[in-house]
Amino acid sequence: MNILVCVKQVPDTTEIKIDPVKHTLVRAGVPSILNPFDGFALEAAARLKDKDPGTKIVVVTMGPPQATAVLKEALSIAADKAYLVSGRTFGGSDTLATSYILSQAVRKMEETEGKFDAIFCGKQAIDGDTAQVGPELAEHLGLPQVTYGLTCEKNADGSGLEVVQEGDGYNQVIGIQFPCLVTFTKPSFDPRFPTIKRKLAANRANIPVLGDDAFPDIDTSRIGLKGSPTHVKTTFTPEQKTGGVIIQEESEEESAKKLVALLGEKKVV
Amino acid sequence: MFEFTEDQLAIQEMVREFSEKEIRPIAQDTDKNGSFPEKTIKELAEMGIMGLNIPEEYGGSGLDEISKAIVISEISKCCVSTAEIVAVHLLTNDIILRMGTEEQKQKWLPNAVEGKLGAFCLTEPNAGSDAGGLKTKAEKTEGGYILNGSKLFISNFGPEEGDHLIIIALTDPEKKTHGGMTAFLIGRDTPGVQVGKTEDKMGLRGAVVSEVILDNVYVPEAEVLGKPGDGFKIAMIGLDGGRIGIAAQATGLAEAALSEGVKYANQRLQFGKPISSNQGLQWYIADMGTRIEAAKMLMLEAADKRQKGEKVTKYAAMAKYFCSETAGYVCDLSLQLHGGYGYMKDYPIERMYRDARIMRIYEGTSEIQKIVISREVIKEYT
Amino acid sequence: MEAKTKDLWVLIETREDGSPAKVGLELLNPGRILADKQGGRLVAVVIGQNVQKSVEEAAKYGADQVLVVEGSEYQQYTTDAYQLAMVYLVEKYAPTTVMIGATNIGRDLAPRVTAKVGTGLTADCTSVDIDEESGNIAWTRPAFGGNLMATILCPDHRPQFGTVRPGVFKKPEAGESHADIIKEEFHVANDQIRTRIIDVIREAAGEIVDLEGAEIIVSGGRGVGGPEGFETVIKPLADVLGGVVGASRAAVDSGWIAHSHQVGQTGKTVAPKLYIACGISGAIQHLAGMSGSKVIVAINKDPDANIFRVADYGIVGDLFKVLPALTEEIRKKKGE
Repeated sequence: MNILVCVKQVPDTTEIKIDPVKHTLVRAGVPSILNPFDGFALEAAARLKDKDPGTKIVVVTMGPPQATAVLKEALSIAADKAYLVSGRTFGGSDTLATSYILSQAVRKMEETEGKFDAIFCGKQAIDGDTAQVGPELAEHLGLPQVTYGLTCEKNADGSGLEVVQEGDGYNQVIGIQFPCLVTFTKPSFDPRFPTIKRKLAANRANIPVLGDDAFPDIDTSRIGLKGSPTHVKTTFTPEQKTGGVIIQEESEEESAKKLVALLGEKKVV
Repeated sequence: MFEFTEDQLAIQEMVREFSEKEIRPIAQDTDKNGSFPEKTIKELAEMGIMGLNIPEEYGGSGLDEISKAIVISEISKCCVSTAEIVAVHLLTNDIILRMGTEEQKQKWLPNAVEGKLGAFCLTEPNAGSDAGGLKTKAEKTEGGYILNGSKLFISNFGPEEGDHLIIIALTDPEKKTHGGMTAFLIGRDTPGVQVGKTEDKMGLRGAVVSEVILDNVYVPEAEVLGKPGDGFKIAMIGLDGGRIGIAAQATGLAEAALSEGVKYANQRLQFGKPISSNQGLQWYIADMGTRIEAAKMLMLEAADKRQKGEKVTKYAAMAKYFCSETAGYVCDLSLQLHGGYGYMKDYPIERMYRDARIMRIYEGTSEIQKIVISREVIKEYT
Repeated sequence: MEAKTKDLWVLIETREDGSPAKVGLELLNPGRILADKQGGRLVAVVIGQNVQKSVEEAAKYGADQVLVVEGSEYQQYTTDAYQLAMVYLVEKYAPTTVMIGATNIGRDLAPRVTAKVGTGLTADCTSVDIDEESGNIAWTRPAFGGNLMATILCPDHRPQFGTVRPGVFKKPEAGESHADIIKEEFHVANDQIRTRIIDVIREAAGEIVDLEGAEIIVSGGRGVGGPEGFETVIKPLADVLGGVVGASRAAVDSGWIAHSHQVGQTGKTVAPKLYIACGISGAIQHLAGMSGSKVIVAINKDPDANIFRVADYGIVGDLFKVLPALTEEIRKKKGE
């Protein structure tokens, strides 16, 4: 099997602070991490490889040169090969333009790596939270998709996957044929950790860069800021709640009574 | 002097990330409940840490002494209990590698890589600093030996914990340390091996320590480690490696304790300003920082020399002595920076202070280290 | 593509039995306002099987027109069938704006449609308005785990698409139906649907956890101590309030409750009327998933817990004493 996993380097949003005066995000000193959902996608690929060791896992990211850090992380966990898509003309792309560039990159990588049976993505990135790049990439490539995957297994005749999908209130098992695209959400288990051997190999890995001139047939009107249908008009920080009422009566029973009274006044209960 | 290689830096980054993410959040609970961090050890094994000093042919990662010290130190920054379990395990790996037969290596090292723990059994009720006081006997019998006695304060051995044991026993009570001791490498399930008292300790509360009772344990000749009579030599090899391990634990702990102290001193306001702006406390911080850097250099120098195959008795003893004293000093002053809060279990420095205390004692007390060091120094300067 | 009309569409997501999911009806509320401002009609799009109820409700809640695509192939949602139907409708009628509920289904479908049509999509919006300057829709949505809000425009492409988070808007007042019902005959062949539902796994008791649609959520964290705590104190309070049980990541990772209950960055994002956080310290990942709640109550032993920073009401105390007292108190009040 030949699996491509799309990953993204994101700021650790749990470390982000808001400048109390300027109301902007303070990104300085915030560590960059592998998007956790992409880690779940990589784990899903690794589990398929556990069962079928002949499986090849390729990872790709689009981003600045520093984004090789997450490719190396993916290599140290489970990936066999990594590509960086990085170019000046790609900057400012929204999800539609990004997924278009990635679709070109998929075609390019397939020249070297062979056809991908499956493309795995995280459900969404924790910085943008859009959950759009996966399905849009599938559309550009004409692939069927399953989103919100929890786990997956190869089907009985090896022609596709059976994906456990998290639904709105229930899960379902979806059958899908290769080639396909699956996006993953958080499963009930933790992804594996890097190993010493892989970490050292990743440290020495040669990571090919697909740059501005890597895709001669690309439609330049569909990439970058200009090729993006959506534009950010403004950003602002949400209003911060400033501490509410602390109830501390003589006993827990009294506190509970007081709370119910207060909620009653507000007509919440 | 040396610099870390790219590989060593990569290992450091990997273990640091893991420790911050997976070990630090549970360190307080591990201490409070005295719970053995079984899941963490399993994860460390999956990463290749438990077999990091074992060559690839036995499934290990084949790393060097400096990487080993880096790993122990990084884990120690988050949880000394976990670091201690790893350090003792890596020590037994090291002894098996150096002294074991091919058969013994094949039998035990793959287990060790999987995180099945090794324990090193030297100390006895009446043989602490004085290994010559050993009472555990190994009597020769048909095809092997019969072991009787008990071993005290044995790390990585408990009701559920521990896989294989290196036992130093007397084979010739006359010769004692001069060829009268023999080392054995046996499985914990060997008939007659019993778990005695499991200790309730002041610190390192997640690292299990128990008494090993040996009641007519039959050990075939094939399970002798090294040659008969090599026991004391093996114990000393173990101690050289073990002492560098303690030094690595101690520097990691000292760095973490300083970090807690500085963090607290920067945020604690008294008289309208952070207490870190008081010169009296700044001097504490200067002393702590300086000693930590010196300790790290000494520890890494010892590890580097051991990697190069040099005799490291002096350096290992110096590193163990200085680093453990530094950890004690830094934890004490850092707790002082915390004031009354430092005495409370809500702050990690309280745990660190307790964890630091044993470092000046185990693998040879500071006083014993000074005996070793002075002997070597006098030889050198005479 | 160019818009042919100034119409604003709302997709009414249907369930297997043909009834409408709540979020579709909710969107008719801002839909009405924005359609009027855009000077076009409010059109409800209903795709499904036996959707009579959905069509009636859409009309009752203010749609000027209801576009209906019906067929057995739409009874259960599949990406391919719904995408083909939506693309067909969008290309045929070319509305100026399309709003879809940001449910798992909505977020599966919308990007697939916009990528095909070649237009912009803004996901998971929490507020929708008209940009005064340009007349475009101003889609506002959280990013960076709720630390930042961004207002996004789609100036040069039509239709402008957005998915809108459930629970943000209230259903409009019901009124006299005046809608034109237009039935579109559009069918998707079996072999065009490239996924197959093999099995549906409902939770043990067949319970559906509808966190996103819930008006009241009672959540438990590490302080609940174990699965028993959820049974003995969290669930009774949720039951008496007619609410749903939520959980923090710590509780889910400890195996005390299923992930489908998790609120936060790697779980669900919720915005109920009332959110009661019990024994939850309030890690930023958790706050990201619930800080949009109207009223937040926190119950925690630790007075310094982060959760109190976002709480409207906080009780410092033992949740095993507070919750039963609270349950009892509410039961009494409801009895009155």
